[in-house]
Amino acid sequence: MAETTTVPQTSQNTARRVKFVITRQDTPETKPYTEEFDLPYRPGMNVISALMEIQRNPVNANGGSTAPVCWESNCLEEVCGACSMVINGKPRQACSALVDQLEQPIRVAPMATFPVVRDLVIDRSRMFNALKKVKAWIPIDGTYDLGPGPRMPEKKRQWAYELSKCMTCGVCLEACPNVNDKTDFIGPAALSQVRLFNAHPTGEMNADDRLDTLMEGSDGIEGCGNSQNCVRACPKGIPLTTSIAELNKQTTKRMFKRWFAQ
Amino acid sequence: MKGYYARKVHSLLGVIPLSLFLIEHAITNYAAFDGGQEGFRKAVHTLNDLPLVFFLELFAIWLPLLFHGVYGLYIAYQAQPNLGHFKTERNWRFILQRVSGVIAFVFIVWHVYSTRFQITLGNTTHDELGGFMHNIVTQPGFFVFFLVGVIATTFHFANGVWAFLVSWGITVGPRAQRISSYACLGLFVIVTALFMLSLFAFRGEEFADTASAITTLKTMIG
Ligand code: HEM
Ligand code: SF4
Ligand code: FES
Repeated sequence: MAETTTVPQTSQNTARRVKFVITRQDTPETKPYTEEFDLPYRPGMNVISALMEIQRNPVNANGGSTAPVCWESNCLEEVCGACSMVINGKPRQACSALVDQLEQPIRVAPMATFPVVRDLVIDRSRMFNALKKVKAWIPIDGTYDLGPGPRMPEKKRQWAYELSKCMTCGVCLEACPNVNDKTDFIGPAALSQVRLFNAHPTGEMNADDRLDTLMEGSDGIEGCGNSQNCVRACPKGIPLTTSIAELNKQTTKRMFKRWFAQ
Repeated sequence: MKGYYARKVHSLLGVIPLSLFLIEHAITNYAAFDGGQEGFRKAVHTLNDLPLVFFLELFAIWLPLLFHGVYGLYIAYQAQPNLGHFKTERNWRFILQRVSGVIAFVFIVWHVYSTRFQITLGNTTHDELGGFMHNIVTQPGFFVFFLVGVIATTFHFANGVWAFLVSWGITVGPRAQRISSYACLGLFVIVTALFMLSLFAFRGEEFADTASAITTLKTMIG
């Protein structure tokens, strides 16, 4: 792969360059610092291909050799959520962040709402733990064949499908002013998954358990303060604030039911 | 005190009784504009003639305000503002809800100290309140403080009602939340206008009261 690019590239090098300012961090414990890079421009390049360029030739803007910048990515088509980072102040996927559409110098930083592992690599465990906590699945295991479940009405399937597009990328948590060190708020993504699984005809059978989880401890749905940044930031266009308000309704009903009907 | 139920109590108290009281307060004060010195005195009397007024005040104003205010300060402290990167109207309102809450807190503590508490201390009476207000709001510094305090409180109230409708799952979709935004904006304009009219009315000569009120005010602000 490298051979195909070397020859035509050198002739273009003087023509256009792309400036990057990257926030780096060597270990989870050490202090972050920034490093500048001056890379050759290539048509159609995105932030991941720029990081690949640094990996190929780890030299910073001052000409000093440096350790290549670490990052995570898989699908390269905005469906896996692994490459989320803060690009020019906005949390988003690096693989779909086209250099042509970004103001320079392009500032890249890790999503610091999450623990930083190294450079742009973050640990999103809290999101997966949240999904476990709210039981974001449909229990179908039994000791015998339970047979086919109830069908989902097509109309419902259509909006529920939108919620199922969540890739646990963490952008909505990064965008939320109430997800930080001072709170335990579970964040919009897991809440929306509760709405999804509570809407499913089989998942519905455990709806109350999921709601109860959102109403106990200090990390539940009450953490939402309606800044509504999440719905603006979500790359999948998931109607997060509608999900949250719908769950506000479900938990309110659940609260009264627990008081008066049990 | 953390968690779902504490937050629900905070939210409920914001509307019942605090928002209801704020509306009542705006209407009572409006009597100062509408009925002048006499009208205001009557309105104050009507309120104080309510049965068990001490308990009403305690359970419908002081305790709810204390809980909502102190817990509100805690909620405000927990936010990590990011307006720099998300300059949306809703994010502005999120920040302003917290900032206006803190301003309202300072303003209300001072306002209660300088009016209701002075009655408790015996430095003034319900009948003299109008003149008392006159002496405060004719001083430019205090008048500006009053304007800022009142607008912060009415914004907090109106936007709070909007947030309340979301947190109890009454307005769920974007359309419902947009419509309730306009309704709450209307609420903000009306209640602010009522307070403004009374504030300007209190500045009028009609409310210039006996010398005793002025001397009390002097001892009060040292
Ligand atoms: C005049 C007195 C007050 C009234 C009428 C009032 C009213 C309200 C209402 C209706 C809400 C919406 C509840 C919800 O979000 O569900 C609210 C929220 C809030 N109040 Fe107050 N409030 C008052 C005083 C205060 C004070 C003194 C503070 C202290 C800082 C405060 C802090 C807050 C905060 C931080 C919220 C935000 C809740 C959220 O949106 O997440 N409030 N208030
Ligand atoms: S809801 Fe949207 S922003 Fe949040 S994790 Fe899922 S895909 Fe990412
Ligand atoms: S690499 Fe999968 S979303 Fe970017």
